[in-house]
Amino acid sequence: MTNVIAKQIALFINISIKAGTPLLLASLGEIYAERSGILNLGLEGIMLVGAVTGFILAHSTGNPLIGIIVSLLAGALMGLMHAFVCVTLRANQVVAGLALVMIGTGLSSLLGRSYVGVALEKPLRPLKIPVLSEIPILGEGFFYHDILIYTSYVLVPLLWFILYKTKVGIQIRAVGENPAAADSMGVNVYLIRYACTIFGGSLAGLAGAYISLAYTPMWMEGITVGKGWIALALVIFAMWDPLRAVLGAYLFGTTDVLQYWLQMPLQRRGIDPSILGTLPYIATIIALLIGSFERIRKRIGAPASLGKPYVRGE
Amino acid sequence: MKKIRIRVERVYEVPLWLRIVIPIIAILVALSIVAIIFLIQGINPIIAYAEIFHDAFLTTYGIKFNVVKLIPLLLCSLGLSVAFKANVWNIGAEGQLLMGAIAATWIALFKLKGYPSYIVIPAMYVLGFIFGALWALIPALLKAKFEVNEIITTLMMNYIAMKLVLFLIYGPWRGTTTWKYPITDEFPAEAQLPLIPGTLIHWPSLLIALILVPVIYLFLKKTKIGYEISVFGLNPNAARYAGINKTKVLVIVMLISGGLAGIAGVGEVAGIHHRLRYPSSISSGYGYTAIITTWLAKLNPLLLLPTTFFFGGLLVGGDVIKIDLRLPSSVVYLFNGLILTSLVSSDILLRYRIRLLVVGEEDDKCHS
Repeated sequence: MTNVIAKQIALFINISIKAGTPLLLASLGEIYAERSGILNLGLEGIMLVGAVTGFILAHSTGNPLIGIIVSLLAGALMGLMHAFVCVTLRANQVVAGLALVMIGTGLSSLLGRSYVGVALEKPLRPLKIPVLSEIPILGEGFFYHDILIYTSYVLVPLLWFILYKTKVGIQIRAVGENPAAADSMGVNVYLIRYACTIFGGSLAGLAGAYISLAYTPMWMEGITVGKGWIALALVIFAMWDPLRAVLGAYLFGTTDVLQYWLQMPLQRRGIDPSILGTLPYIATIIALLIGSFERIRKRIGAPASLGKPYVRGE
Repeated sequence: MKKIRIRVERVYEVPLWLRIVIPIIAILVALSIVAIIFLIQGINPIIAYAEIFHDAFLTTYGIKFNVVKLIPLLLCSLGLSVAFKANVWNIGAEGQLLMGAIAATWIALFKLKGYPSYIVIPAMYVLGFIFGALWALIPALLKAKFEVNEIITTLMMNYIAMKLVLFLIYGPWRGTTTWKYPITDEFPAEAQLPLIPGTLIHWPSLLIALILVPVIYLFLKKTKIGYEISVFGLNPNAARYAGINKTKVLVIVMLISGGLAGIAGVGEVAGIHHRLRYPSSISSGYGYTAIITTWLAKLNPLLLLPTTFFFGGLLVGGDVIKIDLRLPSSVVYLFNGLILTSLVSSDILLRYRIRLLVVGEEDDKCHS
């Protein structure tokens, strides 16, 4: 009996992490972009392009790693475009981000038009980490995953460390809070904003690759089903802190598990289980609400210059 | 030695012709980028564009369809122009539209089944407005009371509305005469909107939209609350000191924009489909496209007529390339997205002037 429960808990952790990983990757990148003052609402679009380009390359070469690299590059390219529009052309970041979602939606369906419904023959396989995966419950929950999830394990502390403990991190945060002051201290505001936005884009591309190469290894239009938007909510919930983003991402991941678990009981009561599809989105709104209570309580806000273009001397 | 320096200067007054020419150039630039992408993808852009623009704008058939698509676009855009004026980013018109569709279906198939059309049709519009408005009210209150970002909440509400429609057509509302297809039964004749003969133009919705154009224009320009909305949009802090109630502004703009999107949803199901069906069949992204038409019209309701006509045409073009070139219909989003990017990027040309100055080296040193 205890064995069955242990197995269930391990599975619960395992699936929650899988479901939370695309959210985590995308929100880690967005945290950097937003910390530097650039709001990128286009995550959903970038993830779609990352998913489709990664899928096509992995499908045609048979090597998912090539797919991963390509989606990383595709994401970086879209990040570069957003940076150009927002930093150099000083465009309205909300509108530019929405436009990016549309571009990603259209471009991904154009590129993937002959792959719709095709399943990936060689998806990313989970690898057991020796020793660690032997730990009861936690081993199977945390250390029986694919390489992208392990990458995210490394990225979280690394990105946290860079943001809070290094000179670059201080510069990024300064640029997002008060670009004029940072500029007068000799920080290259534009360079940092470009770099962070491109980095954010590439992680969103990676998140897309995770979806089409590992989580649901196939291609269909709109395969990200709003995960890019949920990642944006997660950034706010995490209060722009990479460590808190992990917590949120896996918490969101559990709503996916709940969907499976609640299916049978609902069906038995004669309720169509498709209503469960609303769960992740309702959870997102609740998470935003909780996040906002906490922000008000702790008086932590968004980076002060988030969404505002910087022009020297204006 | 002479050097050329580039100087960027802030411009405060822009001549009218520039304000017209620059957006047009922006659209052309976007269309050229799409053309290049098409070329790379092995699609002949000239044929594709000829199909899109010829069919959508130069044939009576196309123009009829264009107007059919203009109706929901115009209704949604009118609402968005109010919300955007207050700097409230309602991205949820798509979901609010679907809620209007749900309301109409409920009236038509369940609540007022068997009643004459002069009762059913007004009831559908009214309840559609209310459903759409209430759907928008949730993000409005969350923002007003708890500072919750409305962009994400309105978007999440879209997904929830979509899933709700799916739940209804797969679950309790699945038709009894539809061979188990996930659609509801057909609306009774009393609940079907009258059409202009020979077209799919459900004229009551068109009439509502056209009447609302000057109404919303005057509402924003001439009423006290319209003025408050503008002030709030320009500077929420100044609005607070001027005694403008934030909650009131947020609730009003969201009720209006949600309600109008709801009316659009009534028109789609009661005028065209006569049943509730897959969300993507009810709306081909009208709620999202309306963001562009509204932005392109600079939030001016009067300018929405040409912009919604143009984008209605693009949506028709999307259907054309779907059938003739076998491209997925969501490719039209690529047009929409690039046009929007191009437009929002071209704003810099209206705000700044780039001047090339020829200066001597001495001069140069003085400047730097």
